[in-house]
Amino acid sequence: MSDELQVADLSAGYGSRKVLAGLTLPSIAPGTVTVLVGPNGAGKTTLLRALAGLVPATGGLRFGAMDMLAATAAERARVMAFMPQFVPQRLALGVLESVISALRASPAQLAYADAAAIRHAAIEILLRLGIADLALHSFDRLSGGQRQLASLAQALARQPRLLLLDEPTSALDLRHQLQVMSILRDVARAGGTVIAVLHDLQAAARWADLVVVMKEGALHAAAPPARAITSAMIREVYEVEATVEDIGGGDLHIRPAAALR
Amino acid sequence: MTASPGPAASAAIAKAYGRVVRRRAVLLAVLGLIAICAFMLDLGTGPSNLGWREVLRGLFDAGALNGAQSAILWEVRLPQALLALLVGLALATAGAEMQTILGNPLASPFTLGVSSASSFGAALAIVLGIGIPGVPQNWIVSANAFVFAFIAVIVLQSVVRLRGSGTDILVLCGIALFFTFNALVALTQFLASQQALQQLVFWIMGSLSRASMDKVRLLAVVVVIALPFAQRAAWPMMALRLGEDRARSLGIHVVRLRFMALLRISILTATAMAFVGTIGFVGLAGPHIARLLIGEDHRFFLPASALTGAIIMSLASVASKSIVPGVLIPIGIVTALIGLPVFFSLIFRRQGDA
Repeated sequence: MSDELQVADLSAGYGSRKVLAGLTLPSIAPGTVTVLVGPNGAGKTTLLRALAGLVPATGGLRFGAMDMLAATAAERARVMAFMPQFVPQRLALGVLESVISALRASPAQLAYADAAAIRHAAIEILLRLGIADLALHSFDRLSGGQRQLASLAQALARQPRLLLLDEPTSALDLRHQLQVMSILRDVARAGGTVIAVLHDLQAAARWADLVVVMKEGALHAAAPPARAITSAMIREVYEVEATVEDIGGGDLHIRPAAALR
Repeated sequence: MTASPGPAASAAIAKAYGRVVRRRAVLLAVLGLIAICAFMLDLGTGPSNLGWREVLRGLFDAGALNGAQSAILWEVRLPQALLALLVGLALATAGAEMQTILGNPLASPFTLGVSSASSFGAALAIVLGIGIPGVPQNWIVSANAFVFAFIAVIVLQSVVRLRGSGTDILVLCGIALFFTFNALVALTQFLASQQALQQLVFWIMGSLSRASMDKVRLLAVVVVIALPFAQRAAWPMMALRLGEDRARSLGIHVVRLRFMALLRISILTATAMAFVGTIGFVGLAGPHIARLLIGEDHRFFLPASALTGAIIMSLASVASKSIVPGVLIPIGIVTALIGLPVFFSLIFRRQGDA
């Protein structure tokens, strides 16, 4: 069974306000990283939350053999993990505890022998993210970037086959941005499907296999980075005049020159 | 990445975390001991000359006290002290759960209008004699208070049902309830006769003087049923504190989790308030102090809140009997006057540490 993600004619919104209308994406293969880009309010977060089953949606959404729209929240939680854009600040819970509770609170329990095994798995994730020194720190006392890493740890601990992340690097310094993106590549290499919202087009170009460009709730383009991120796209979608230069090794250099209005 | 991640590092963290958990268990045990001591102190305090030594003997040896002393112990002291303890457990647990499901440390049955509603129920009975048909006369005030507190929580619950589980609307609705029922209470006060007014004001202040073993038994049953269910929801409640989207993406049915918590909150609050009147401070301060001491690991946070609430109520009961000798000051006044300064000094000292 292949974990292909298929999005066909997907509509989603909040109450009577439709944000996405009939969105169709090319099928997304397992083992790849897809990055959603687009201007503020383009519907990136709504699409991601719809994929996670957090927004009421209609249409077709399948992951492998699973009909994600018909599945229960617990069934989805078995294969999928979601990292929200915002993390609570006032929380007297330790980082390690937060990861343990992400494992133990879910009705979709992963196969661990006992509480000690769960604790061990949670610690391993913190070590992998390089935040083991924060294990016993309370969320109250973390910086924005540290909170973001802790939140990523809660998602990664679920060992998801489908990992959805909303701006996972927005509060991170350079080193941690690199680290997080390479961890996402590792997840993909191990056969996972990774979908992330990013604002940084250069990072999108560097790390993504597929770039999905959104504008006003609709799909503008979905293509490999070099074909998706072009000065024409930036002009049409962001209304910014920019030069895009291929500097080799799959990296793009994007230099915005002037806003068009 | 200075330290090399490996089994040694992992074991060290597991060990350190184990220490943290053990420390919490010890703190919980200490709180339990303090609660027992406060309860005994409460039993041994009162206008009649019956200290805790006599009380202790009287409790276990029926022949140790004379008739009058025994009557004081079994019919006045014990029901009042037990009721204080149970009300503390109930209100602080309700406050803790409310703060968690609303993600707001200011939430409590008092701040969301539940106690105002129960005051209005009592006012209807005291001033206008309106009660539920078939309820015996000496239970009519309690029954009304219960019903109205319950109605308030049902209103809050239907808001959760209709408008999703967003917390802003729930808080706004709670504030609306607070003002509406306070206005209605003021209206009944305006209409009340001199005698009824006095009775009503006394009820609203909150008092243990109406304690009886029947009420103790009823509240004990409610507490014994509700607390284990609260404890069972500890993990999902913790996940909810990580954010609503996070909890839902973990497969947790957040609307149902909130609904069940509100159900427990309503029954605990309504029963407690029905018997002692309005006591606002415990539901706010109990969880807050517990959070400062133990953090929000709900496995420990919930019992710690309950015990802190019990300690506050027992000590407030002691104070209400000893501030003015021979006079029983309504306990609601004591919790506010003495509790609040203590509470704020705790908060500010803690912030100084950070």
